[in-house]
Amino acid sequence: MSPGPRSAEVIIVGGGLHGSSAALHLARAGVQALVIEKNYVGRHASGVNAGGVRTLSRHVAEVPLALASRELWYRIASLVDDDCGFEQHGQVRVAENEADEAALRDRLATMQALGYTHETWIEADELRAMIPRIVPTVRGGLIAREDAAADPYRTTLAFRRKAASLGARFMEGVRVQETRCEGGQWVVQTSAGTYTAPTLVNCAGAWADRLAAQWDEPVPLLPISPMMLVTLRMDHFLDPVVLGTGRPLSFKQRANGTVLIGGGRRAWVDRDAEWTELDFRALADGARMVCELFPHMAGAVVNRGWAGIEAAMPDEIPVIGPSLRRERAFHAFGFSAHGFELGPIVGRILCELITEGRSSLPIEPFSIGRFAPPAAGAPAPGQLPLFDDPRSSKT
Amino acid sequence: MTTTQCDLLVIGAGPAGLAAATTAAGLGVDTLLLDEQPAPGGQIYRAITTTPVTDRRILGEDYWHGASLVEPFRASGARYEPGATVWAVSRMTAESPDAGFEVAYSVDGQARMLRARHLLLATGAQERPFPIPGWTLPGVITAGAAQILLKSAGLVPSDRTVLAGCGPLLYLVAWQYLNAGAKIDALLETTPPGRMAQALPHAFDFLRSPYLGKGLKLMRAVKAAVPIVKGVRNLRANGAQRLESVSYDAGGKTRTMAAEQLLLHQGVVPNVNLSRAVGAEHDWNEALDCWQPRVDDWGATTVAGIGIAGDGAGIAGALAAEHRGRLAALHAARVLGRIDTARRDRDAGPHRQALARAVRGRAFFDTLYKAPDAYRRPVGDTIVCRCEEVTAQQVRETVALGCSGPNQMKAFLRCGMGPCQGRFCGLTVSELIAEERGVPVSEVGYYRLRFPTKPLTLGELAALPQTDESRQAVVRLKK
Repeated sequence: MSPGPRSAEVIIVGGGLHGSSAALHLARAGVQALVIEKNYVGRHASGVNAGGVRTLSRHVAEVPLALASRELWYRIASLVDDDCGFEQHGQVRVAENEADEAALRDRLATMQALGYTHETWIEADELRAMIPRIVPTVRGGLIAREDAAADPYRTTLAFRRKAASLGARFMEGVRVQETRCEGGQWVVQTSAGTYTAPTLVNCAGAWADRLAAQWDEPVPLLPISPMMLVTLRMDHFLDPVVLGTGRPLSFKQRANGTVLIGGGRRAWVDRDAEWTELDFRALADGARMVCELFPHMAGAVVNRGWAGIEAAMPDEIPVIGPSLRRERAFHAFGFSAHGFELGPIVGRILCELITEGRSSLPIEPFSIGRFAPPAAGAPAPGQLPLFDDPRSSKT
Repeated sequence: MTTTQCDLLVIGAGPAGLAAATTAAGLGVDTLLLDEQPAPGGQIYRAITTTPVTDRRILGEDYWHGASLVEPFRASGARYEPGATVWAVSRMTAESPDAGFEVAYSVDGQARMLRARHLLLATGAQERPFPIPGWTLPGVITAGAAQILLKSAGLVPSDRTVLAGCGPLLYLVAWQYLNAGAKIDALLETTPPGRMAQALPHAFDFLRSPYLGKGLKLMRAVKAAVPIVKGVRNLRANGAQRLESVSYDAGGKTRTMAAEQLLLHQGVVPNVNLSRAVGAEHDWNEALDCWQPRVDDWGATTVAGIGIAGDGAGIAGALAAEHRGRLAALHAARVLGRIDTARRDRDAGPHRQALARAVRGRAFFDTLYKAPDAYRRPVGDTIVCRCEEVTAQQVRETVALGCSGPNQMKAFLRCGMGPCQGRFCGLTVSELIAEERGVPVSEVGYYRLRFPTKPLTLGELAALPQTDESRQAVVRLKK
């Protein structure tokens, strides 16, 4: 690969969906970004997640972003010249028992109190009519009828291609080693030489804490690897994405008939070796849950399993916003297994921060400052006034 | 459910696995052999104890040699579980990673789990994909599959049959068919002109090898009974619902002949699905155009505690496989503390000599029978991925979209995502991407293969024994 110019207006570290989306929005604003990706674009979580375009039961801090992002998803083809495999059949979190129902009704009350209407209750009768194969004892659930799903690798590649067509550059197989700010320029040392730009963006996913540490703002990032299974093609039986409440599950049938089973059970991960080992005991738990919820699935043939590596934060919401320790440096990482839906909007937010110095959406809850050692009298990070949905589902 | 335990788990009961298990058990190693087939023998000695083809002249003495591996194995004290399909191996997520590997497998649709301190994969070879126009039509099968029908059920085709491709197995199947009384309408050789000249530098060893005498006898018999066409190009299978005819170019002319059966073969390659899924490093073998796991002289892979013996560690044939199995077993016994290094090295001597004899001459016919580029790197509408019906042209065009490797291709076109788990398309996809990008295949890489390495039902998976650890794991996730 020819190195091209050694400088850019913005350097983005990490060619996942968020890095690619930032490059696209910047390119649309006339700002030329250089994306540096250690592997290939979409290698890890961005390319192999469950593809949920979900606003349902998000952390309340994420709701404004998720709703704005969903608007971009509705016209994704006009944004990236590809439909990204977008299918809109809603997402529903089902109540298997009384405790589930109580938790979901609590959640609904919280959302209604905040004035949100995108989540509604679906009664058991209607749910059974919508999903005839679901176990009849289901007690209804919480539904976001406008939610959807898309094809993750296709989406990430579409953002990359559109960004590149508008002038963004992508370097793959190049590893960022060190970043430092010298005289108003970021100097980025990589395995393929030194690159400079006035602005630097950290979209490094499961490896983002290393960059943050270089900027003197360490974060308690946990590399995770949510496991997925896929079946062979089956006759069509399911439209919406089905999520579990008291136990983790994300369950969806794609247009091609295959069924994707996820939900956040985690593989063992070695982020340096970029290697994961699937935990079949945990997957067996997931299989038991699927068979209980959809008895006909006991005969479904599982053909593949995988797990993409990404970052989880202790409070399970991402870090989005400017560095508090460095000038002209920005973060977007730590999406904690539900970043896919936010991809389109996070790129726009980063573009706004870089080009206008502010975001049109409320991103204060995502400040990296929440992990800074507390100053005297300030609330400790764990006591931020946020509602963390304990049943937060995985993308 | 009690979990089975063993010190050495051997997977696969072909020549490498049988010899390895026999040797290891003989050294006092607590050994278990799991095999997918209902009876021992692997593919090369398939159904050696059960074949209905009892006239020894039909399948030939090389086949019946397999019986000499079974009796010692049965007497060795090694445990044996036939009909067992391994679909997952774990270490870091095992109940106690220090105690070794956890292996999940199924017997009769029932999932089971066992613990083993050392693994030896003896999972052998598979036939190289042979993607020509029409290769997915009913009536077109591989020569290896045809041979299995003969060995295990005594079946030969009764209608018009054409064999096509290259490699020793093609002539062997023709010979066995003739012995069994089947008629072969033509044998179409795809070996391009000039190959003999390339192979000649390796001829000296070949002339001293046992292959020569056997091979010549066999080829003489086939040539006397079957019309043979050399230098066959543009081979294609025609038909609407099933195979009706075979077309090809040879000697400057295009010919079409009616046929109900077309048996294709262009060599064998290591079956890498399990070796890749356990995380072993693999290298591209330029001479044989295939991936093979990186192993040392003892068959040890780059993953501690996992060895590979036989053709799964690189193609060297059935006789070599048994010697490689014995060497790997000696090493396993040393690693497991049953013998010391000096004993291992001393005992290895005769096996190393036998191995050297067994592989002598292979370079000659490896070169002679190298599968031609045009049959490895198809163009146009020729199907590459049978499961998802992805064509060569689609793969080639998708490279231009930025899919620079097989995994991106998999995500984009779903090639390799079907029931065969990439076995029929993996090599082709890697080679096509390499050709389109103008880079070596080694740079393009292969599908990441993950467990389950064999499809299983969700019900089977759900029946996997639950442990305290797994219950805690779920609680941990829910927080």
